[in-house]
Amino acid sequence: MSKDRTFTIQLHEDLCKGSDCYICVNACPKGVFAEGERITSKGLRPSQVKDPEECIGCDICEFLCPELGITVEEAGGTEQVSTSTPKRGATAPASGGWTTVQSSLDPGTHYMIGDEACAEGAIAAGCGFYGGYPITPASEIMVHMAKRLVETDGVFIQMEDEIGSIAAVIGASWAGIKSMTATAGPGFSLMMENIGYACMTETPCVVVDVQRAGPSTGQASRPASGDVMQAKWGTHGGVEIIALAPWSVQEMYDLTIKAFNLAERFRVPVILLADAITGHLRESFQVEETIELFDRIKVPGAPPFGSDDESGVPPMPSFGEGEELLITGSTHNRYGIRKTADPDVHERLVKRLSKKITAHMEEITDYELYFEDGAQRVVVAYGSTARSALWAVKVARERGERVGMLRLKSLWPFPGELIREWGRRCEEFIVPETNLGQISQVVQQHTPNPVSLVSQTNGEIMDPRRVRDFLMGRKRH
Amino acid sequence: MGEMLREKYVRQPTPFCPGCGHGIFMNAFLHAADEIGLDFKSTVFVSGIGCGAWVPSPHFRADTLHVTHGRAIAFATGVKLTRPELNVVVISGDGDIATIGGNHLIHAARRNVPIKVFCLNNLVYGMTGGQVSATTPEGDITSTTPQGNPERAFDLVALARGAGAPYVARFPVVRPRKLTKGIVNALRFDQFAFMDVLSLCPTQYGRANRAKRGYEGPSLIWGMLEWQKGICVDREKASPEETAGKTLIGEWYAEG
Repeated sequence: MSKDRTFTIQLHEDLCKGSDCYICVNACPKGVFAEGERITSKGLRPSQVKDPEECIGCDICEFLCPELGITVEEAGGTEQVSTSTPKRGATAPASGGWTTVQSSLDPGTHYMIGDEACAEGAIAAGCGFYGGYPITPASEIMVHMAKRLVETDGVFIQMEDEIGSIAAVIGASWAGIKSMTATAGPGFSLMMENIGYACMTETPCVVVDVQRAGPSTGQASRPASGDVMQAKWGTHGGVEIIALAPWSVQEMYDLTIKAFNLAERFRVPVILLADAITGHLRESFQVEETIELFDRIKVPGAPPFGSDDESGVPPMPSFGEGEELLITGSTHNRYGIRKTADPDVHERLVKRLSKKITAHMEEITDYELYFEDGAQRVVVAYGSTARSALWAVKVARERGERVGMLRLKSLWPFPGELIREWGRRCEEFIVPETNLGQISQVVQQHTPNPVSLVSQTNGEIMDPRRVRDFLMGRKRH
Repeated sequence: MGEMLREKYVRQPTPFCPGCGHGIFMNAFLHAADEIGLDFKSTVFVSGIGCGAWVPSPHFRADTLHVTHGRAIAFATGVKLTRPELNVVVISGDGDIATIGGNHLIHAARRNVPIKVFCLNNLVYGMTGGQVSATTPEGDITSTTPQGNPERAFDLVALARGAGAPYVARFPVVRPRKLTKGIVNALRFDQFAFMDVLSLCPTQYGRANRAKRGYEGPSLIWGMLEWQKGICVDREKASPEETAGKTLIGEWYAEG
């Protein structure tokens, strides 16, 4: 720093925020800088280099400039200004899509509880990350994953709460791996904000909600289906969501695989709406030799958050691939750049997030029909309640009632067209639910026919006799 | 150096207020990153909500994950466990990391997840209009404590050390070379590292506390920088008498 050396000072006036800062003016021990005389078009008065010959090269101005707007170099120095900027994207080939893989479990019959079958479905689907927090009646999924992920070289972590669990799951998904968490009502409530973040950032992941009787702590080990509307509307902002509802241990396995496939296919969080019955029930299920899996599409260098197609699903890169990803829950354009005051970008994004789901109903919608021939009354049921309902429908049929049943395996997006179609053939719908009426209201939105709710909110599995009596009682009127 | 760092690592000018301490941290961070040759292609920056979170996103030419309020450390945990070969760096504010997100901070420290956490502590909620934070000093004026903050402030160094963080540091932006050296050490550290970066918010905190704190000088931010210099003492150099009532700066490595 001796005075026989001379320095050049480069001050980037466009970056200088002027008189409210002037840190350089005040920090320089030699008075090299001065308050500005020129007012810019932004109305700022940038500082100026007044006496460069006084500079001793202490660099304090360069270090303290909040805008990185000052460069001090020794005259005749050798410091190189690097102008190379990293390029977007690597030159790796595109990848992803459908593949057929060997089942992770031996083909044939297995016997376990639904929560464990769900975990096995996740392993079969290639899940490599589980982040969770203990909660009845979902804990067995986590316990089973803790064991299985050791065997498959995956990552398991018990987080400090459900907010952290879903956060870690989303982080892991962007790190390039299929990831999941499982919880029940209270934890599901805590996860809502980050589920919305996953929707907005188009992050594939699976969230299992093993529903229990609420509200609040309610009856922790008792079944209910009170979270159906929460799954759809729980996160703020109003966006389409995919939710599946298994009714057996077989479907705890099958629909978990399907949930991963839909998550990867549409880049969305997919919710598996199980309940304390399907979670804790122990029964046998079949495992095929091979399963079909969908892996997220990767197209290096392609915009990760936009599509020319208004219902398109953009390809998804991962961290560490040189894409300089800008991932944000704020409104963003196709490159992830925040556009928090642009009405067009916001509208286009919000619509596409929904349309990429609703435009592909045929790929998502899943249901099963029972006794549909000549059915004048159709029972619409889902989850464990459908087990009770099917018994009741069978009994009613045996006694001459022209009753059929539609079992919804996918609840969201709601298959309204299916209800409209059946509404033209039948006279009325009956919806048994272990809540105060959630899907029954949605069914009514899609048909002019009468829709009757058979509600039971006592923390028990739907009493099959309650449904039977309703079906038979109607006859006597 | 400033020009080179900006061209190499920064996408666009920042929207920070004139004299923002976060800009000085950003400057120091890029000096440190360049000094050790931190590969931005294999670094993921995670940040939450608030002014501090904007330092990496959308500014750094690297993978950036800008998440929900308070949850940056939890997201970062998922990234790091899945891809241990990536550098995972959390940069966010005191509201984000130490107030709404305090639970994730203490648990990441306890687990010793090998991520780096830089808490840009400007003592206030800047973006939302100058509300009190868990690090606002007792008695100070904010928009939600117009008669003075009735609560005590968190000592983030003590908090992180108590939670088991093997590397903890505190440096003020007014000492940019010390700060840069600390960032170098934190980035090079192979375990969980936490830094309480004493930043400054002239707009929300400075204006409200100008009279109380007696910020003097040719400008508000300069007065704040002078004040910050005055309250900080180096933990290694100062005698016990000199540290009374002061803010200790330096590095704390866990023993063993």
